[in-house]
Amino acid sequence: MHNSPYLLKPASVQSVMLRVLAALLPGLAAYVGFFGMAILVQIALASATALAAEALILKLRDKPILLFLGDGSALVTAWLIALSLPPLVPWWLTVLAVVLAIVVAKHLYGGLGQNPFNPAMVAFALMIVAYPQLMSRWPAPGAADFATQWQMISGAAVAGLDALTSATPLDALRTALHTAGSGASVASAISAAQGSTFGQFAGRGWEWVAGGYLLGGLWLLQQRIISWHLPLAFLATLTLLAGMAHWIDGQHFAEPLFHLFGGGAMLAAFFIITDPVSAATTPRGKLIFAAGIALITWIIRSFGAYPDGIAFGVLLMNIAVPLIDRATQPPVFGHKDSAHRDFDHGGPS
Amino acid sequence: MRSLFDFHGGVKPDYHKEASAQQPIAVAPAPTFLVVPLHQSIGGMPRPLVAAGEQVRKGQRIGAADGNLSAAVHAPVSGTVTAVEMRRMPHPSGLFALCVVIENDGREVWIERQPFDIHAHSAEQTRAYLRDAGIVGLGGAVFPSHLKLAPGKAGKLDALVINGAECEPFITCDDMLMRERAAGIVRGIQIMRELLLPTRVLIGIEDNKPQAIAAMQAACAGLSGIEVIAVPTRYPAGGAKQLIRALTGIEVPHGKRSTDYGVQCFNVGTAHAIHAAIDLGQPLISRIITVAGNVESPRNYDVLIGTPMREVLALAQPLPDTDRLIMGGPMMGVAMPGDEVPVVKATNCILAGSKNLFPPPPPEMPCIRCGDCAKVCPADLQPFELYWYARARIFGKTQEYHLFDCIECGCCAYVCPSHIPLVDYYRFAKSEIWARETEKEAADRAREHHEFRQQREERDKQEKSARLAAKTAAGRERAAAALASVTQTEAAPSPATEARKALIAAALERTRAQQVTPANTTDLAPEQQAEIAAIEARRAEIREQARPHLPPDN
Repeated sequence: MHNSPYLLKPASVQSVMLRVLAALLPGLAAYVGFFGMAILVQIALASATALAAEALILKLRDKPILLFLGDGSALVTAWLIALSLPPLVPWWLTVLAVVLAIVVAKHLYGGLGQNPFNPAMVAFALMIVAYPQLMSRWPAPGAADFATQWQMISGAAVAGLDALTSATPLDALRTALHTAGSGASVASAISAAQGSTFGQFAGRGWEWVAGGYLLGGLWLLQQRIISWHLPLAFLATLTLLAGMAHWIDGQHFAEPLFHLFGGGAMLAAFFIITDPVSAATTPRGKLIFAAGIALITWIIRSFGAYPDGIAFGVLLMNIAVPLIDRATQPPVFGHKDSAHRDFDHGGPS
Repeated sequence: MRSLFDFHGGVKPDYHKEASAQQPIAVAPAPTFLVVPLHQSIGGMPRPLVAAGEQVRKGQRIGAADGNLSAAVHAPVSGTVTAVEMRRMPHPSGLFALCVVIENDGREVWIERQPFDIHAHSAEQTRAYLRDAGIVGLGGAVFPSHLKLAPGKAGKLDALVINGAECEPFITCDDMLMRERAAGIVRGIQIMRELLLPTRVLIGIEDNKPQAIAAMQAACAGLSGIEVIAVPTRYPAGGAKQLIRALTGIEVPHGKRSTDYGVQCFNVGTAHAIHAAIDLGQPLISRIITVAGNVESPRNYDVLIGTPMREVLALAQPLPDTDRLIMGGPMMGVAMPGDEVPVVKATNCILAGSKNLFPPPPPEMPCIRCGDCAKVCPADLQPFELYWYARARIFGKTQEYHLFDCIECGCCAYVCPSHIPLVDYYRFAKSEIWARETEKEAADRAREHHEFRQQREERDKQEKSARLAAKTAAGRERAAAALASVTQTEAAPSPATEARKALIAAALERTRAQQVTPANTTDLAPEQQAEIAAIEARRAEIREQARPHLPPDN
C-alpha cells in the first residue's frame, strides 16, 4: 500500500519520449523530401540496434527489460544519432555509433537518468574524430536515387561518389573561406554555389529540415515537455555572436540566419541540448548551459577545423553541469534574500 | 478586485468536490462508545482528569493541558468512563496512545455552559480559557490556537488571514461550514481581532466555491476592515504559507513565526470553534468532517470527537470494494491502520479508497531530472536533488537543499513522470535526521556525565591522599598543613589545578565547536520542536508497544 499523494497525474517517461519522437516528424519529412529515403533506413537501423543493445545490457545488468525498453529513451537516442550522422554512412558506422551511445555513454554510467554526457553527442563526437572521411557523406539534394543510396549504406563501392555527396552548407562555406589565396568572401562563396549547396538563406534543403525541427520544437514547448530557457538561450546567443561578428566583418563571418538554419542548430536547440538528464536543471543554470554551448559552437564553426561544433559544445558544457547547477540554485520560499549565499558557502555535509 | 500575489508552482488535480457538497451538513448520531485520545494537538500530552467508573457530563474537561503548548480535551457526551487505556490512534503506523473511553448514556447532560466575556477578562485569561476549551487549528495542523492569538515580535499585526481556501480534492467541510455557518465564523474572527488587533482581515477562499464566497461576503457586510478574497483554484493554495503569500505577498520562512512577519493565519473551522467556545461556552467536542471517495452518498457530517471512523463512514455507505480509509485528502492524507480508530480534532475528511479510485502507482522508474517537480514545488525547492541525496542517505546535503522547508504537499510526486514516491523519500530523510539528532543529544549527555564523574573522582582521590597524609606519623603540623592545602584547593584553587581546569574547559570548548549542528534544525520554532518532541514521544510509545504488553496501572 502506497502513501500520499494518492492521486497521480497521468504522465510517464514513455509519453514524454514518444512525444519527442513525434516532434521530430516535420523535420524528418523535409529530410526525406529533399534527400531521399536513406535517412529512413538509417533511423530503422539505429532504432533496431538501440533496442537490441539496450535489451542486452539490461539483461546483463539484471534489470527489468520490457519496463525499460518501453520507456522509449533508447529510441530517442537512436533517432537523434541517425539525424546527426550523414545519412549515407555505411551501416556499420551507424551501428557502432548507437552501440557506443547506449552501452558506453548511457549504461556504463548507470543507465537511464545517470549519464553525465549526452549519449547521442558522445557517439557523434567519437565518429567524427575516428572516421572524418565517412562523416562527410552528406547527400546532395535530389542527387541519388534510393538504389544508389542503399548501395552506399550497404558499404559497397559506388562510382562517382563526389557527384552524389555534397558538403554541408557550413562546411562548404568554411572550406571556401579557408582556402588560401582564394580571396573568397561569404557573399562570393554563397553566390558561387547558390541553388546547389546554398538555398534561400542557408543550405538548400537543410533550411527546410531545420524549419521542420523548429516547428516540432515549438510544439514541444507548447506541450511543456521542454522549457523555453534552453532553446531560447542557445539560439539567442548564437544569433548575437554571429550577428556581431557579421556586423564587424561581413566578409568572413556568415550572418545569423545562416548559423541558425545552416547546420544542426535547430535540432540541437530543441532536441539535443534539452536532454534533461545531461543538461543543467535550474532556470538560470539552463540559460548559462545553453549559452555556453552556443558560444563553443560558434567558435568551432568560425575558427575550428570541424564543420560543426555542436557536439563538442554539448559535451564540454555537460561536464560543467554539476558546477552550474550548484552555483545557480534558486532561492527557496521565504529565503529569497539569503538562501543563495548560504548555499554558495556550503553548509555542513 | 484587489491584485493578488502569486505563489510558485502548484498543481490542478481533479477536484471531486461537487459530490459531497450537494447536501447540507448532517449531524452524525452519537455512538454508544466514544474513544477520546488525550493527545490531540501539537505539544504536551494532556493528563487525564477522570478514571474508569466516573460519570462525566457532555463538555466536561477530561484531559488538562500539559503546560502552555497543549490544549485540553473534553467529554463529547454524557455518560460513564469505562476505561482510560491505550487504544489505536488514527496514525499511519497504528501506534497506541492513552484514550478516555466513554459509554454514552444518551441523555446529553451538558456541563453548565457560560459565555465568556472577553471584555471582562485580560487577553492572557482569554487565551487560557481557549486553551482549556481545547481550541486547536482545525485545518489539520492542530496547533493550540491560544498561542497564535498573542502578538509577535513585530508588535503590530498587519494582516489576519482566514483560510477558507480548502485546496485538497474531495474535501468540502470548510466550504459547507462557510455556506451554513458564516455568521459564527465571522463572530470568531471578531474575537480574534480583539486579541490580535490586526490592521486588516483577509478571508481567502478558492474561486471554485462561489456559494461560500457569497455567504461569507454577506456575513461580512457592513464590517470594516474585513475582505473576502477569491483566490485562483490551485493546489496547495490552502497551505497557510501559500495563502499568506497569495493574499499579502509575505513569505514566512520555514521555522519562523508568522506573527513576526506581521501576519497570522487561522482556518475558518477554528474561527467557528472560537465563536462556540466564547459565545456559547461550548468546548471543542465536535467538528465538520467530509465523508467522501468510494462511497454511495458523500456528505459532510457534524461528528463528535471520539466517534469510531467506521460509524461515520457507514453513514455515507461505503462501496463494497473499499479497501482503505484515508484521513485527510488524497494529496496529503494518511492511511488509517483500521476503521475503528476514532475521529480526532485533526480529522477533516474520511476518504474511502479503492483500487479503482486510487490505483497503485506504476513501477518506479529512474529520475530523468526533467525538473517537473521543481516547476510545481510551492516551496521553490529542487525536489529531484533532495531525492538523489535522500536516496543516497547523504542527509547533510538534503539539509543544504532545504529539506525542512518541504511542506510534503505531494505536488512533486503527483507530476513525476517516473512515478517516484518523492514525498516518502523526504519523510524518510527527515525522520533519519531527527533520530540522529536525538542519538547525538543522548551521546552528548552521556559524555558530559562521564567527564563530570572523572573530575569528581580526581578530586576525591586528592582529598583521600590528603587525609591519608594527615593520618601518618609525620606530625600534626604537617597534617594540618596538608589539610589546609586541600581546603585551599577547594576554596581558592591552586594555580596548578586552575591551569588544568582551564585546559579541560578549553578542550571541551573545542569539542563542542567541532560538533556539527545540522543547518536548518537550529532555530526551530516551538511548532517544530513540539513536532519533533511528539515524534519522539511516538517513537517511545512504539518501543513501549514492542515490549511484552502489560495492562496499564490506571
